[in-house]
Amino acid sequence: MKSTIRIGSFLAAVVFALAAFRSAICIAADSITIDPSVAQAEKARIAAVDKAMPSVVCIFSPGGQGGGSGVVISPDGYALTNFHVARPCGTFMKCGMADGKLYDAVIVGLDPVGDVGLIKLFGRDNFPAAEIADSDQVQVGDWCFAMGNPFLLATDFHATVSYGEVSGVHRYQYPAGTLLEYADCLQVDAAINPGNSGGPLFDAEGRLIGINGRGSFEKRGRVNVGVGYSISINQIKNFLGLLKAGLICDHATLGAQTSTSEDGRVLVSDILERSDAYHRGLRYDDEIISFGGRQVHSVNGLKNVLGIFPKGWRVAISYRRDGKTYDTFVRLMGVHTEAELLAKMDADKELEPPGPNPRQPGGRRPGGQRPGQQPKPGEEPKPGEQPKPGDRGPGQEPKLPNPSSDVEEALQNPVPEELKKQFEERTGYANFYFNRENTNRVWKALASHGDFSGVAGPWTIEGEQQASAKSKVTDEAKKIAIHLADAQCDIELPTGDTNITVSKGLDAQLNPPGSGGLLSALFLWRKLLIGGPGKYGQVTYGGTVPVMGHGGLCDVLVAIGNDVETLFYCDPTDGTLVAMEMYPDDDADPCEVYFSDYRADHGRLLPHRMEVHSGNNVFGVFTLTDFDLQKAAEKSP
Amino acid sequence: MNNKLIQLTACGLACTSLIALFVVAQSAHAAPTSGAKIVDVIREAQQKNVKIYGAGGIRGLEAFQSGFLISAEGHVLTAFSPVLDSDTITVTLDDGRKFEGKLLGADPRLEIAVLKIEATDLPHFDLAQAATGATGTRVYTFSNLFGVATGDEPVSMLHGSIAAVTPLAARRGSYETPYQGPVYVLDAMTNNPGAAGGALTNLRGELLGMLGKQLRSSRNNTWLNFALPANEMVEAVENIKSGKVAPVTTVTEKNRPAHPLAPADFGLVLVPNVLERTPPFIDDVRPNSPAAKAGIRPDDLLVFVNKQLVQTCTTATEEFSRLDRDTELHLSLMRNGEMVEITLKTIDE
Repeated sequence: MKSTIRIGSFLAAVVFALAAFRSAICIAADSITIDPSVAQAEKARIAAVDKAMPSVVCIFSPGGQGGGSGVVISPDGYALTNFHVARPCGTFMKCGMADGKLYDAVIVGLDPVGDVGLIKLFGRDNFPAAEIADSDQVQVGDWCFAMGNPFLLATDFHATVSYGEVSGVHRYQYPAGTLLEYADCLQVDAAINPGNSGGPLFDAEGRLIGINGRGSFEKRGRVNVGVGYSISINQIKNFLGLLKAGLICDHATLGAQTSTSEDGRVLVSDILERSDAYHRGLRYDDEIISFGGRQVHSVNGLKNVLGIFPKGWRVAISYRRDGKTYDTFVRLMGVHTEAELLAKMDADKELEPPGPNPRQPGGRRPGGQRPGQQPKPGEEPKPGEQPKPGDRGPGQEPKLPNPSSDVEEALQNPVPEELKKQFEERTGYANFYFNRENTNRVWKALASHGDFSGVAGPWTIEGEQQASAKSKVTDEAKKIAIHLADAQCDIELPTGDTNITVSKGLDAQLNPPGSGGLLSALFLWRKLLIGGPGKYGQVTYGGTVPVMGHGGLCDVLVAIGNDVETLFYCDPTDGTLVAMEMYPDDDADPCEVYFSDYRADHGRLLPHRMEVHSGNNVFGVFTLTDFDLQKAAEKSP
Repeated sequence: MNNKLIQLTACGLACTSLIALFVVAQSAHAAPTSGAKIVDVIREAQQKNVKIYGAGGIRGLEAFQSGFLISAEGHVLTAFSPVLDSDTITVTLDDGRKFEGKLLGADPRLEIAVLKIEATDLPHFDLAQAATGATGTRVYTFSNLFGVATGDEPVSMLHGSIAAVTPLAARRGSYETPYQGPVYVLDAMTNNPGAAGGALTNLRGELLGMLGKQLRSSRNNTWLNFALPANEMVEAVENIKSGKVAPVTTVTEKNRPAHPLAPADFGLVLVPNVLERTPPFIDDVRPNSPAAKAGIRPDDLLVFVNKQLVQTCTTATEEFSRLDRDTELHLSLMRNGEMVEITLKTIDE
């Protein structure tokens, strides 16, 4: 009761202040003329806040004991927040929005390294969503504003606005161990306080450019000191497909260590021989010139680009050796193994991101900035006390102060039964329900282009191999034929005939030689088309990934069958299978098959062009002209 | 009692926000000058700023700070701090180039120092042509606070307004600083670790001043965000650049006087010179000595000996050895955070 009175008197003070402010403005309006550009700018600012406000979410953990902020990014209720906000909330959380309502939400995906969490709000199909901008266009000096629930003040769910300017772009902030790494982030002087975590950073037009998550709090206690960091929305765009897949996603490493030389070049100082970078030719002492389409001038610069890509993505790299430049693509390996990542997530209960790590030339870490040497939450230096080194992010989010009784009551409401169905626990996943949903969605779209269940007999595909300088195929001998069946597959190529026997194991017979296992890949392709995920083995959804030569991101089905892992890439707009990669084992180059030129054939859409790659080589480009897909033989022989 | 306090604080907060709102309402969003884009103004200013790395890294002292170029030939103005008390001072330019910075000299009263790097054609601020700010002037601050930027990464920019132009002496006793003159007090959280030495500009990118060190009030534990006005530094910087504040030189046989003196000749005992860079603290003052009569006390720190900066017991002793019996001795001492000036007559008197 007392607390309510106190809030009441505070509000009264504010109302009084506002009233005074209004009359002050009136006086001002009478006595001075306001520059029209000022009035215009203020109008624009108010419009931007009005535009952004409805999408902002105040997140409360069950029971309202903690929480943070978030922002809705699509009308179906997907909302972004921080990993370090979502994780302590558990499976379900309550989300207050500017309409004054408290919505239930469920966890969808987690990115512990990038400090991002994806949740889905429940109860509407037309949630107000933020407009998403291109954060690479943000410049130092741009106006911006953070919204959210600092100190969990917004018991009426109207987010707090703090206005500021962008102080730095493409900033790198060291991780706590290997989690909570802020790469390529935005630095702002808008006030970011505990409770702002997970909330949106908007540009001057009210468009989403980042997710606020951390600040530099060194010796001044746990409040804003003018240095806040926001995860760039462009980085999150890369991870969004993986988050929607219900995954706990991992970030990437090149598999190589780098250092900056005296003359400012980034050199490979160590490289793992089992990394894809090594397989693609990168070696010790090579100079990395560009990565992911960005020029690289420093190790920080390289870490910045690396940090925005998920594990498994293929990224363009240019490196120089002996004056010669090499351009290739490397498949990025994970920072952790799956087990490591899960163990770290459980170990890092406190989820305290460290502050910035002041670095010196030569990478020497100044003493007194030891990681882990951090003040306790709420600890303020006392007068006359030597300031303590160490710094922290918002980390532990604040407790709810003085909740009004009806809010408190609403926070205790049970999770709706309908929403409970949208959670499925499985190791390695934040919420397997969303993975299953997406697997079904992608397969449904793929299957809509043709029903292959009736043609489970032998398949014969005929066509031609296109001439290339390497293969030296003459016009006369360029015919090819592929025979795929349950027990045996073979291929007739201008270079000769090869076959595989399925029972001997697909990973053991990588025929034809140099293809990385084309026959095995095509066997699995036929198997998926005929039987679907249900009869394949284990098929899950791997999120969205870029495919070489294909614009935009593709949906991935991760299929494990016949002891090999195969990735099937589908175009998200029309559902067609654009590529597949078959991995005979973890460290070997996969057989990559790119399908295109889909045309209808007996009511089924079939690829009339097929390109096969393995490692650094293009094995062949094939035009497929005749498909003879036979029905399964009658059961009795 | 507690409740009352909280309510008072609430009222205080409300009033503060009233003022803040009013300031926001009054301040323009419009471009600072016709034509010049804000992002370009900021970028241009960033290119004149440098990151400085030196000594530190212990007991909460950062080993880095900020500075900015004040000549095309590589003069860098920065804060005079323990960071510069290093054999190697590294200056990293906006474009990522690294140079060794030579400490030309310092003014411990203003707590500023001038470094020199060997480079030419550098973008720089002209200290003599600097602008002045007034209460309400909107400003940009540039610094490598928290060491966020490395290599060719641009320094951080924080924006704000000048909240007051006032002598630091107004808070004498609260803030430990030898400088008591006017400063720009800022409404933004600018004076963070590593920010000292950064540039303060107006919205046209014209230099207004230099961000000072971190100062925390010993009375109420609050931190002060402030900058030294450029015009306060002009003379001192010119003196350092022109060598009037003599650069540290080694005493050669050639310029050694016939009867060199030592601190003991004035009754001064320095602390034992046990480290390579022992700060020249006074350990003891002999009774009835010239030093005692002049009021020098134990624990005073020697900063200047005849306008010559002394950072170690070795350089201090060396400076004394340059004195001849007929010269006047002028000492600048640091005592309880304040600068004390003392002139001694030679011992023959």
